Amino acid sequence: MIDLFARFGRSWLQLFERLGRAHLFLMQIIIGLPALFGRWYLLIKQLYATGVMTLLIILVSGLFVGMVLALQGYNSLVRFSAEEALGQFVALVLFRELAPVLTALLFAGRAGSAMTSEIGLMKATEQLAGLEMMAVDPYQRVYAPRLLAGFIAVPALTAMFGAVAILGGHLVGVEMLGVDAGAYWSQMQSEVSFRHDVLSGMLKALVFGFVICWIAIFEGADCIPTSEGVSSATTHTVVYSSLAVLGLDFVLTALMF
Amino acid sequence: MNSRSVEILVGVFMALFLAAMAFLVLKASNLTSLSGNQGYELSAYFENIGGLRARAPVTAGGVRVGQVSRIEYDAETFQAKVTLSIDEQYSSFPEDTTASIYTAGLLGEQYIGLEPGAEDVVLMPNDEITLTQSALVLERLIGQVLLNR
Repeated sequence: MIDLFARFGRSWLQLFERLGRAHLFLMQIIIGLPALFGRWYLLIKQLYATGVMTLLIILVSGLFVGMVLALQGYNSLVRFSAEEALGQFVALVLFRELAPVLTALLFAGRAGSAMTSEIGLMKATEQLAGLEMMAVDPYQRVYAPRLLAGFIAVPALTAMFGAVAILGGHLVGVEMLGVDAGAYWSQMQSEVSFRHDVLSGMLKALVFGFVICWIAIFEGADCIPTSEGVSSATTHTVVYSSLAVLGLDFVLTALMF
Repeated sequence: MNSRSVEILVGVFMALFLAAMAFLVLKASNLTSLSGNQGYELSAYFENIGGLRARAPVTAGGVRVGQVSRIEYDAETFQAKVTLSIDEQYSSFPEDTTASIYTAGLLGEQYIGLEPGAEDVVLMPNDEITLTQSALVLERLIGQVLLNR
């Protein structure tokens, strides 16, 4: 019985210990960020690994999400002969929720997991220790560019997701189902506010990008340096960042809209 | 992958980001009305515009000829002043053209329909369309039916 309590307490202690370590880790990365000035090639390399490599999956998913939204929206709206509101429906759903959240989830699966396994393997093969031996700070050299790259890449991918999805909605709604093209765009323009809808969505994307990269880098740097440890850290990255994105989405939505 | 092509690809990525943002700003939201259509403006006073909004279409014979550029309330005449931006190629509306506010479908968006009259004198830019017909407000119509029963 006592043993049970002890185990329970230990797991909580471990949780809080990890949480504290993650925050201290984040602080050290942020302190390392200014070292990026003058070393932009590090950032560009990471932007390539996270942003450019995720671009294709984002564009394809965006197109299909837009098409599905138009199809589903049309079927519901046509019952009230309000199918002219399709453009507004597609754009609002996308900018407020789907573009940031789906981009973040895809980003966590595609780039976040890669980031964790890369850093985890660097740790397992003692490359990080080697860097420290050569007096190179891994916070400046390895972690900071990755955090900043995610911070830039996720909003960028969100904007592209939104743009492609609206074109996908246009493809299905206007070209296939015959909604008036003028009504599609004019309803969208009259009801979607740039500041309230588009920029709020971008703010969400910024927060998501930051949190995903934080989780991914920390899981990689904090993993048990074995092949099993790296694989479980990668799984944790995807699970935790998906949960964090969905939870934060609720909080941000409640705050902003 | 050499560093030059990485740089080029990241450059393309950021350019795509800017293009997407430009699209979202100009085409999919209402930050600006920089849609670039050159045209001339006409104004019309309405008793009641119903649910008409800026950027609603202006049609003549069902064809889109322009859009609503501004809606203001005129405190002197107690009427709504609607400014229409008509495309340049449709520049020969007679002076007795009627502007009416219609609804597309039962609950659809509202638009302005122009019915050209028979005068020879043509409306010039910044002229006022004097013959107008207000929007059909459903509550008012129901009220009239109930009273006239």
